Amino acid sequence: MKSFFGGIHPKYNKVTRREKIKAAPFPKRVVIPLQQHIGAPCEAIVEKDDTVKAGQKIAEAKSFVSAPIHSSVSGNVLGIANSPHPTLGKCKGIVIEADIETKWHESVKKRDNVESLSKDELKNIIKEAGIVGLGGAAFPTHVKLSPPPDKKIDTVILNGAECEPFLTCDHRVMVEQTERILKGLKILMKILEPKQSYIGIEDNKENAIALFEEKLQDMKLDVKVVRLETIYPQGAEKNIIYSIIKRKVPAGGLPMDVGVVVQNVQTAKAVYDAVYDGKPLVERVVTVTGAVKEPKNLKVKIGTPVKELIEFCGGYDGAVGKIISGGPMMGIAQYTDDIPIIKGSSGVLVQKEDILKDEERDCIRCGKCVDKCPMNLMPTQISQFAQKGDFEKCKEYFALDCYECGSCSFVCPSKIPLVHWIKYSKNELMKK
Amino acid sequence: MTKPTVTSNPHIRSKRNIDTIMWSVVISLLPAAIAGVYFFGTSALWIILLSIISAVVTEGIIQRFMGQKVTIRDGSAVLTGLLLALILSPLVPYWIPVLGAVFAVSIGKMVFGGLGHNIFNPALVGRAFLVASWPALMTRWINPDGITGATPLAMLKYEGVKAGYSQLFFGNIGGCIGETSALALLLGAGFLFYKKIIDWRIPGTYIGTVLVFSLIFRQDPIFHLLAGGLLIGALFMATDYVTSPITPKGKLIFGFGCGFLTIILRLFSGYPEGVMFSILLMNAAVPLIERYTQVKPFGYLKPKKDIDTKEEPKNG
Repeated sequence: MKSFFGGIHPKYNKVTRREKIKAAPFPKRVVIPLQQHIGAPCEAIVEKDDTVKAGQKIAEAKSFVSAPIHSSVSGNVLGIANSPHPTLGKCKGIVIEADIETKWHESVKKRDNVESLSKDELKNIIKEAGIVGLGGAAFPTHVKLSPPPDKKIDTVILNGAECEPFLTCDHRVMVEQTERILKGLKILMKILEPKQSYIGIEDNKENAIALFEEKLQDMKLDVKVVRLETIYPQGAEKNIIYSIIKRKVPAGGLPMDVGVVVQNVQTAKAVYDAVYDGKPLVERVVTVTGAVKEPKNLKVKIGTPVKELIEFCGGYDGAVGKIISGGPMMGIAQYTDDIPIIKGSSGVLVQKEDILKDEERDCIRCGKCVDKCPMNLMPTQISQFAQKGDFEKCKEYFALDCYECGSCSFVCPSKIPLVHWIKYSKNELMKK
Repeated sequence: MTKPTVTSNPHIRSKRNIDTIMWSVVISLLPAAIAGVYFFGTSALWIILLSIISAVVTEGIIQRFMGQKVTIRDGSAVLTGLLLALILSPLVPYWIPVLGAVFAVSIGKMVFGGLGHNIFNPALVGRAFLVASWPALMTRWINPDGITGATPLAMLKYEGVKAGYSQLFFGNIGGCIGETSALALLLGAGFLFYKKIIDWRIPGTYIGTVLVFSLIFRQDPIFHLLAGGLLIGALFMATDYVTSPITPKGKLIFGFGCGFLTIILRLFSGYPEGVMFSILLMNAAVPLIERYTQVKPFGYLKPKKDIDTKEEPKNG
């Protein structure tokens, strides 16, 4: 079975794997943050009291590494206000009161000339549709599709690993929208002209693997489906590249340094929507799970408050311990359920009050964090130096190569919050 | 709604903690302890109990006295006491395990700052203290049939007599309480391997090195594997987390060093056995080994001038 070294086997808890994607209830009011991606924040191009339509651009990207933002509803702009944000704490967002009936913007219309579009036209459509990586990090997709001339891309990998426990949104999209994903991938392949293309899926999603294999034959697309070992963090970019084609992305480097572009399966689906249907990225599929009464996979308009999704899932099941945006391994704990769903939101996980009461002890040097680290770092050493404030030492132990997958903290028998300390050292090093 | 808790990721953790690890190792040593009591009688049982109780009480008193949280329930003091008893002769007077355990826990562990901070394996520190202070008491041996006599390694070294494999394998022979039965030790270690509490790297290189060098020195490798403290040392003492390297390569070097020193001491020193001193010596070398075996990150490139360290995107 294809895999990388290190990694862990948490309990997967994919309880929603058979729940069909349902449309979330229509939001009465959305808050659409001006920053939902890696890169420069957008500038609003609407004002208070403007009327907007669904799919209308409401914020413009001001630099190349950025992505424009569109309204997910039609309605009135109530204003631009600082509001809670799942990854940034607080961020300026456009507040829109939604009409009961959605009126789509005139720019949203089907294209029937897709085959004849040039590479640059396709890239521009993707850029203008505000598409970013939907796996979580939300890196603008058109940037990945425009490598500098000295970086020749020969491999495209579609990432359907979905290694985070609990989350099943990618799985459901793969099963329910197989053909659209593949058509989206075909567009990506047309732009990048790779020599080889793969779809990597963990072997706990057999039905998705089978569906892709079947559809690929029908479509006569030269893409290989790769069955990956179910092990966390199989879906992390550097790890999935190594699992599939055994290339090592240099430390501090990008996949394009080894000629690879990785895209999430939902991103490919968004590319399809943008190119074929002329629809910008205004909704995505999100798994709402954990301690809610009826966990679900929901198609959600960007800007919908998480609170409404939880209500739609029957409300909280017992006293709330944590509300997590994303999965349990890399998700971000929220201080309120008043946050909106943004482009990078893959899940909402609610945990009960009674979890994670482990007492922290001193490191017993078991070395499990070193064995399990998919980046081959020494988390316990970095954590000890960070606690002493010796950040230069943290750097010598390659703290900056950590992408915070959480495997070390997961296995630590002394229950040391290793990721927390490593993040702290990274922040301090970044300041310099 | 009460305010939700906010912490760094991850938000789930494995169930394994220090307690489960320590108690699993204690359980894994029970076959050896039972074999010791079976072969050497109730005196072995008393030595084991006295050693464990002394270790636990010592840790509890020191922690109470120092105003620390008392952690005697985590099983680590029990483990130190049990391990110490298993590497004592069944003939030692009952005050020996008591003194040994007090020394092991207080000087071997607590003065360094407690669990996780000690440099040397506490049980071996206790035994080294006893051997140095009461050498005669520590080297009186008895065979399970009640006749006093030397250990197999001593008989080989001083008299040129070699014990049979089956005696060595089942443990029906003179030696420390817990070291004679290879079968019992392997059973216990099998449990630790199955639970993934220990892995092959340290015991594998340790035992492998002893086997290879016994062949080189024209010795019987099977005898050297089964006789003396090699199995208990390689499987249960060299694998002690706190006092062995955390780096993968470091574990291999550590195992090799233990094995090499063991065979050298067995063949060329004044003592018949070398496991205890080998492991203690290699314990001291751990910081050095770790320094030279620091792991390099995935995709590491030799630094040119300025390493580009910007955050990168990731999907998944």
